[in-house]
Amino acid sequence: MLNMNDVLETIHMIEGENLDIRTITMGISLLDCVSDDADRFCDKIYDKITRRAEKLVAVGEEIEKMYGIPIVNKRVSVTPIAIAGGALDTDGFIKAAKTLDRAAETLGINFIGGFSALVHKGFTTGDRNLLSAIPQALSETGKVCSSVNVASTKAGINMDAVKQMGDIIKQTAYLTRDTDSIGCAKLVVFTNIPEDNPFMAGAFHGVGEPDTVINVGVSGPGVVASAIQRAGNCDFSTLADIIKKTAFKITRMGQLVAYEASKRLDTPFGIVDLSLAPTPAVGDSVAHILEGMGLEKCGAHGTTAALALLNDAVKKGGVMASSHVGGLSGAFIPVSEDQGMIDAVACGSLTLEKLEAMTAVCSVGLDMIAIPGDTPAEVICGIIADEISIGVANTKTTAVRVIPAYGKKPGDTVNFGGLLGYAPVMKLNDMSPAAFIARGGRIPAPIHSLKN
Amino acid sequence: MKAVITVTGKDVVGIIAKVSAACAEYQANIIDISQSVLKEYFAMVMVVEIDQIAVEFTKFVDAMATLGTENDLVIHTMHEDVFNAMHHI
Repeated sequence: MLNMNDVLETIHMIEGENLDIRTITMGISLLDCVSDDADRFCDKIYDKITRRAEKLVAVGEEIEKMYGIPIVNKRVSVTPIAIAGGALDTDGFIKAAKTLDRAAETLGINFIGGFSALVHKGFTTGDRNLLSAIPQALSETGKVCSSVNVASTKAGINMDAVKQMGDIIKQTAYLTRDTDSIGCAKLVVFTNIPEDNPFMAGAFHGVGEPDTVINVGVSGPGVVASAIQRAGNCDFSTLADIIKKTAFKITRMGQLVAYEASKRLDTPFGIVDLSLAPTPAVGDSVAHILEGMGLEKCGAHGTTAALALLNDAVKKGGVMASSHVGGLSGAFIPVSEDQGMIDAVACGSLTLEKLEAMTAVCSVGLDMIAIPGDTPAEVICGIIADEISIGVANTKTTAVRVIPAYGKKPGDTVNFGGLLGYAPVMKLNDMSPAAFIARGGRIPAPIHSLKN
Repeated sequence: MKAVITVTGKDVVGIIAKVSAACAEYQANIIDISQSVLKEYFAMVMVVEIDQIAVEFTKFVDAMATLGTENDLVIHTMHEDVFNAMHHI
């Protein structure tokens, strides 16, 4: 029987605490579209994507109305284009990116992910061609997201790829200089990239996945923050318990939506990604959760411990609420997409070094961080190498999405608009890692990768 | 199947009458009502059966929301599954 307090609690979570389903992402395999002719490849991928995801937006809106819960984004992820389009040259890959953009436009979705390459152990010709196409592809499309996996715990770090990504990020920033270098907001460098992540910009459809699949990303930092506030001055065991219970409820909502979407789209259900994904909206901040635990400002000493507790409790609470959990699952700490993070950076409490430490215990990495436009490529490579090492050594996903905003210096602000938000440009350590990065080759996999 | 209709807003004469008339119009059978007025603030949670409703559920949701807007009320209509999923194991 329905309990009135439960009804009111749910409605309050949605109305007052920004509870929403962040994304329904349909994964679509493009492995059956392979062709060495770029035009033919593009025709095939356009047809398949627009056919398979034809009803995605309409079904998302129906479910939204039926359950009264906002579903903020409907998106598509595809097989890494470097694999499906492995026979293409650079121009062919640019054509493919524009085709993905056109398909996204036709479907009415806001992002399509999978302009990606997996190069953790080395490059194929297709990988090289795709990588060289990334800057132009991202500057000439609006909805295409790109990701490159440069390392894994099993393979170690492909430092040649890291080196190349520094240049690619700089070029992308330059080519999109008229829009605060927004191209870089659609490009992520990963280690241990998950193959079923529904969140952008890192979503792609792994080769071990079925032909099509529905993955759902939940959210709800505001709900967790309010629950902590209501609990007042309790000890850590109680605090963790409150977060677990809240995460359970949020994830159950995600599971319900995923199940319904899967049924209505006649597509297998993949996973629920139980992430706390912030937005720039007031009351939708992960930083404010940490501050609610008792930190004067996010970035204060103690922040990493608070985030570790949060991340762990979210997983423990969410895991029982869904039949299959996957993707990134944890707490995101993007700067530009989180009002509390923005404020903490602006007042000098949160630095890049602290953010790096926090990524050792959060679910992703250095995310949506604006850095000075004149940052040398090798410094960006150094940032990537550090961050990726944390993931490799800890057998977890980490990623870098930094925006060297063209013409901007520390203290300036860049504005991407919408869910991508705005960010103060952060100061970097300007000592050069150039000679280290120039060595090239691979950093070997850590000893604990040998688990067989 | 059931749906939950929540109605909130400034208290005036005839809110329940209007909402229940709309339910009757769409063949939604009311099976439970919980309602209170705190100061001048009206709040009601109504459970209705939607197996026999005359239109698609999403249209019923829209119709109730419009009724709310026309009468300075906020009316949400949500499928019961959402509450069962969230609060029952």
